[in-house]
Order: sequence, then structure tokens, then C-alpha cells
Amino acid sequence: MKLFLKIWRQKNSQSKGRIVDYEIDEISPDMSFLEMMDVLNERIIEEDGDPVAFDHDCREGICGSCSMFINGEPHGPDKLITTCQLHMRRFRDGDTIYIEPFRARAFPIIKDLVVDRTAFDRIQQSGGFISINTSGNTLDANTIPIEKENADKAFDAATCIGCGACVASCKNSSAMLFVSAKVSQFSLLPQGKVEATDRVLNMVNQMDDEGFGNCTNTGACHVECPKGISLDYIAKLNREYVKANLKK
Amino acid sequence: MKNIFKSSIGRKIAMALSGVFLIVFLTQHFIINITSVFSEDIFNMLSHFMGNNPLVQFILQPILIAGVLFHFVMGFVLEWQNRKARPVTYAMYKGSRNSMFVSRNMIISGIVILSFLVLHFYDFWVPEMDYKYIQVKPEDPNRYYEELIHKFESPIRVSLYCLSFIFLGLHLVHGLSSSTQSLGTNNKYASTIQKISYAFGIGIPLGFCFIALYHFFIHF
Ligand code: HEM
Ligand code: SF4
Ligand code: FES
Repeated sequence: MKLFLKIWRQKNSQSKGRIVDYEIDEISPDMSFLEMMDVLNERIIEEDGDPVAFDHDCREGICGSCSMFINGEPHGPDKLITTCQLHMRRFRDGDTIYIEPFRARAFPIIKDLVVDRTAFDRIQQSGGFISINTSGNTLDANTIPIEKENADKAFDAATCIGCGACVASCKNSSAMLFVSAKVSQFSLLPQGKVEATDRVLNMVNQMDDEGFGNCTNTGACHVECPKGISLDYIAKLNREYVKANLKK
Repeated sequence: MKNIFKSSIGRKIAMALSGVFLIVFLTQHFIINITSVFSEDIFNMLSHFMGNNPLVQFILQPILIAGVLFHFVMGFVLEWQNRKARPVTYAMYKGSRNSMFVSRNMIISGIVILSFLVLHFYDFWVPEMDYKYIQVKPEDPNRYYEELIHKFESPIRVSLYCLSFIFLGLHLVHGLSSSTQSLGTNNKYASTIQKISYAFGIGIPLGFCFIALYHFFIHF
């Protein structure tokens, strides 16, 4: 396959970036998108150029680091996958592909396609945990009974990999889907209920401090989320936030 | 509690409450207007009541005006903040692949509604205030119907009204369901609410169009 790539290049967080055109051929449809990027980088290096910086780690859809905005969507045109799970057979010979970093004020660009997503870490640190010692005092799994429905919902919420596609796709750069998943995965379970009030208040505060936008319920996030986190969690977050405010 | 409306979620809840309030008002307004199609007397009676009842005039009317002001000012504030949250935009952004056009363009439909409201105030509210409180003319309980049909003689005005109602419909199709989501409604009702949103968002503006066109053609 021959492809025309339009890739965002930016030296560092201070410099002004721009779209640079690349032509690449002999790309196999069986390659993953990241392998295609590897091939591109090898060729750039052979010509003594500066390879395109991009994030990746697991290459199997679990770490959430491979943030790329491909042809107008986070992680490309397919749903329920990350960039590392996208394959070149999804494109056609002669296609033009735009490759941009995830864009949000709260996700500043470090270099090229690599963005700083530590805003998510700080949101987690503000309340995304339970304050108990989990090592050395293991209890039987079923000591505390949990409704099947709640266990399932908590588990679904916990599948969020913190990739940031929700923020990237949202026209408002809102982090509500991520925060709602991280709040719900704890608050649905008895162990997490103890700190539920402070958790939701602190995490929403931190989210606002980081400079994410306001949710307007367009629903783009859950369509683009590689884990299919449901909008239901956002409604639940709104409920919990009001309840917590009434208590405090 | 005191900080809730400083937060993003609080702002959304305020937006939703003002939106729902406007929806309730709109429904009431529609019910009164539709009577003009089948009974001049009922329309005059209801309009006279709304125009002269002190509770409506001095309590509900100021609340309504405050509600409208709050809603669109807040709408502009949200839009401004949301734009600021992405200082550099994408070269290629395919919103249509993941969300509805109407949901991404609430500010556009809102601005059209706002311009309509200016025209609407100029058409009905300003003359009404002038009649009652500036010129202090004696009340004629049967003047309302005449005033209404007189306004709908102009094809330009009727077209502008109908065009605005289309944008109102676009605003409501997303607005109604969005407000319930902001207020934290359980998503097991989501598909029902979406249907109600469509029915209301298409039905009510279409009804208003019908009223305007009816008076235009019947008194042609
Ligand atoms: C006066 C001009 C208006 C402007 C500038 C305006 C603007 C906006 C904006 C920017 C939003 C936020 C978008 C969102 O959250 O999805 C919104 C939401 C909404 N608007 Fe308006 N609007 C106007 C008039 C109206 C009217 C007349 C009604 C009802 C009859 C209405 C009902 C709603 C509802 C129900 C929402 C959803 C609230 C939510 O998402 O929580 N708006 N409006
Ligand atoms: S909610 Fe989905 S899109 Fe957002 S960070 Fe989690 S996995 Fe990624
Ligand atoms: S590299 Fe880990 S999810 Fe893509």
C-alpha cells in the first residue's frame, strides 16, 4: 500500500507545531498502525531525520498509552479499539491519513504526538483509591456480599484504561467519562462507599482545576471509548456529586 | 453545598434547570396559542388573564425573564470555557462519526432563538408594555386576537417565525434529553427520554409554525 500521511510535528511544548506531509509505500495491510509508524520512523532515521515521537507500551489495548487522533477520531475509524489494535487493512491504497496528538489544554504536547496526561494521574491521586491495607490480610472473596448487578457495573467501570480518548473526542475536552468511571468503580462497592462523598468532591474539583471543559452530553466520548464505558456513569456521577454536596 | 455552582457539574445542573423551566414555559405558551386556532373567545380570555393577573405579571413574568437571561448568558459562558479547553484545534475532526449535529451546535441554535426572542419582544411584549404601563389605555379583553392576526399578515414575519421554530426544534431535540442527563436521570430511561425529546422537539415547534401559517392563510 502507498499512503499519504499528514502528521503533526512539534519539537517541544514551547514550540509551534505544524502538519508535515509524508509519503510512504510498501506498507502491508497486515501491519498494525503502530508498525506502520515504526516503518516510517526507520525510513526517517535512514535519511538522518528526527523520528516522529509517539507513545506506546503494551501494544495490546490495555495500557492506554497509544494516543493518536487519526483521521478525525481518537484511535482511528474503528470503534472499541486503541491505536495499537488498528490495522492497515482498514485503509485503502492511496489514502490520505491525518495523524494528530490528542488535543486539550489539560493535555499539553510534549513532542509530536506525545501528550502529557498526568492530569488524569492527579485526578486519581485526589480520590481514586480506598484507604485500606490490601496486603497481608487477605479475606475470603465472598465475606462481603455484593449484588451481582453492582459488581458487574463496578467491573465495567474499572475497565477504563485512562487513555484519554474521551477527552480527545469531546468537542469540549471534558473528562467526565473518565472521572465518572473512576468514581463509580469504587462507589458501587461496599469497600468504596466509606469514602464516596469526599472522593467524588475531590475528583471533580481536581478535574475542574486541570482545565477540562464542561460536559454538554454530546455522547462522543462513549462512542470513541475503546472500552465502551457507558454514559450512564456520567449521569451517576452527576447524582453522586449533588448528593455529596448536600451532605457537606 | 456553597461551592456546587462553581463547579463544572454545578454549572451544567443550573443550565439544565433553566432549560427545563423554559420548556415548561414553552408548553404553557403553546397551549394558549393553539386555542387561537379554534376559538377567538378562549384565546382572548386566556391572554387577558395572563396579561392582567398580578401574580403572572409581577411574579412569574420577571422570573421568566430572569430565566431566559440566565440561560443564554450561562450558555455563552459554557461555550467560551469549552472553547478555551482546546486552544489548538484539530486539522481533521469528524464529530459526525460520534455525535449528533444538533448536540454539537447548541450555541448556534441558541443564538438563532435569541435573535428570534428580540423580534418577538419587539412584536408583542414591547407594544403590550406600552399599551398597559406607558400609555395606560383602558383594558379591552377582546383586543388580543386582533393583535395576533394582525402580526401574522406579513409573509416576512411568518417566514422568520417558522425559521426560528425550526432552530428551536433543533435546540430542544438535544436540550430535553441533555437536561435529564445533567440532572442525573438513570439511563434505563434514556431511550424513552430520547423519544420524548424528539416528540417534543419536533411537535411543539411544528405546532407553533402551524399556528403562524394558519393565521397567515386564513386571513389572507
Ligand atoms: C435565548 C437563547 C438561547 C441560547 C443562547 C441557548 C443556548 C444554550 C446552550 C449553549 C446550551 C448548552 C448546550 C448543552 O448543554 O447541551 C443550552 C442548553 C439547553 N437549552 Fe438553550 N439556549 C437558548 C434558548 C433556549 C430556550 C428558549 C429553551 C427552551 C424552550 C432552551 C432549552 C434548553 C435546554 C433544555 C438545554 C439543555 C440543558 C442541559 O444540557 O443540561 N434553550 N442552551
Ligand atoms: S473512559 Fe474510555 S476513553 Fe476515557 S480514558 Fe477511560 S477508557 Fe479511555
Ligand atoms: S499501546 Fe497499550 S493500549 Fe495501545
